[in-house]
Amino acid sequence: MAFWIIQILNGLSFSMMLFLVAAGFTLIFGLMKIINIAHGSFYLLSAYIGLTVLRATENFLLATIASSIAVVVVGIAMQSLFLRRFYMKELQQVLLTFGFVLIIADICLWIWGGNPQALPKPSLFKGSIWIGSVVFPSYRLFVILVGVIVAVGLWIFQEKTKFGAIVRAGVDDEEMLRGSGINIQMVFVGVFGLGALLAGIGGIIGGPFVGVFPGVDITMLLLALVVVIIGGVGSLRGAFVGSLFVGLVDNFGKALFPELSLFTLFAPMAIVLAIRPTGIFGKIEE
Amino acid sequence: MKTAEILKGPIFLPSLFAVLILLLPFLFSTYYVGLVIQIIIMAIFAMSLDVLVGHTGLPSMGHAAYFGVAAYTTGFLYLAGIKNFWLVIVLGMGLGGLAAAFFGLLAIRARGPYFMLITLALSQVLWGIAFKWRSITRGDDGLPGIGRPEIGMGIDLKPDLHFYYFTFVILLLVFAALFILINSPFGYTLRGIRESESRMKALGYHVWLYKYLGFVFAGAFAGVSGVLWVYYSGFVNPSDLGVDLSVKALLMLILGGSGSLFGPAIGSGIIVLLENLVSGITERWSLVLGIVYVAVIMLFSEGIFSIIKRGR
Repeated sequence: MAFWIIQILNGLSFSMMLFLVAAGFTLIFGLMKIINIAHGSFYLLSAYIGLTVLRATENFLLATIASSIAVVVVGIAMQSLFLRRFYMKELQQVLLTFGFVLIIADICLWIWGGNPQALPKPSLFKGSIWIGSVVFPSYRLFVILVGVIVAVGLWIFQEKTKFGAIVRAGVDDEEMLRGSGINIQMVFVGVFGLGALLAGIGGIIGGPFVGVFPGVDITMLLLALVVVIIGGVGSLRGAFVGSLFVGLVDNFGKALFPELSLFTLFAPMAIVLAIRPTGIFGKIEE
Repeated sequence: MKTAEILKGPIFLPSLFAVLILLLPFLFSTYYVGLVIQIIIMAIFAMSLDVLVGHTGLPSMGHAAYFGVAAYTTGFLYLAGIKNFWLVIVLGMGLGGLAAAFFGLLAIRARGPYFMLITLALSQVLWGIAFKWRSITRGDDGLPGIGRPEIGMGIDLKPDLHFYYFTFVILLLVFAALFILINSPFGYTLRGIRESESRMKALGYHVWLYKYLGFVFAGAFAGVSGVLWVYYSGFVNPSDLGVDLSVKALLMLILGGSGSLFGPAIGSGIIVLLENLVSGITERWSLVLGIVYVAVIMLFSEGIFSIIKRGR
């Protein structure tokens, strides 16, 4: 019983971290149809910058702010200086973002070296707490809490704010949106920045338990892809449900058959694609 | 025929190219022989991808999957003691095609960016499996110590020079096969689909089936390059399945120009030379290559000859 409780909580905390990364990916794809291969690079960059700031100041909040600003700046620069020129040219956009993967990964390797590192946990959540008869690290619960808060925040943003309404309109019919006098470039930049921010927070939050190392960028990209394909690309609800599923399955897969954990993700993804190519919550293409 | 006419004829450039390739080993050191082997193998890979990208309008982002499946097939067979090239190439192409047949079922229904996303995800999962399933694939250590195959006829492929001519012959065979495929009614149908799927449907073509068959063919030909690559480099590792390789081939197509037979080969030549040049100069070659990727897209995204064409 204790095994299951711990594994479920582990899985849920991993799910929530994944949700942050995948939500950013799905927002960007949903609006601009950009397959951002560099999405995992935001995770990588943010976690490393957080690590440096944490070592210098031992202040988790400060580290979060510093790395958030950094990834948002990088994200906005990518969109407004480069990707913008290739609107709706998916191939060019993909190759550009792959160039950024190489650049960011190599700069990080240069500065922070190749050894896997973990961010220290915030001092408030260093301990463990008892849940019934089970001891569980409180940091993991904190991650679950952050994930839920961000999910609710994104839902309110998308459904209740004007900018959210503009983004939804852009996903449905981007041409109409332009026609109604909205400066779509600003919307694109804003959404790209938001997507980068979400992946960056994922890096800070995930840093203490997933860690940061060369290659984590591609691993995060892979998991985000599986999440959005299962949940339905472009849908935040899909990203949430997909993350829950992938986080739990991946965690149990790793615990029960460590070598074959990816088969346990591959099979559900293939089944979803076979039955519903646009994912559980994705729009059916006309 | 006047000299000028010969120079402009369709035979001249390819023949010049072929003669150059045949003479190259006598003019340059073995280092360059190795480089040209790499270029030839990557050209086959990029050509197979171009069947999808250039001719069918299917921008696959997971083409390395079939290269890698054939590569692992080759590695496992070699370690099991099977060294007959002709058997291995048939199995490599067969399994590459089979993987494409399976992934195609899942991906072909989707279009545009969705198709790209799905092909990327499928190939990345395969990469992840190769990476993690250490007891079989040895993870990122890969399968080392793969030697050259036996082709019979008393030819020994162990010297790079022999292998060089051998890959060149295979290139010509692939070239001929793709030429026939592309200029067949099947090839014309694929390009029809690229231009207008709805019209081809209205004309009564089974669009899905044509796309699917194109996808499987491309996977099988990618398998040829995967087999050759392992025999050349002597080892297999998960990066043979990874997004790096898939994207590299797309870059070759963008550089060389897709939709033509020579374009992919030119793109392959540029990228392989560049990679070797840069990695010889600096330890930060990955960074430099990233910058090159970005610069290439910003400057030459319509193919390297687009600037010349614009100038005319």
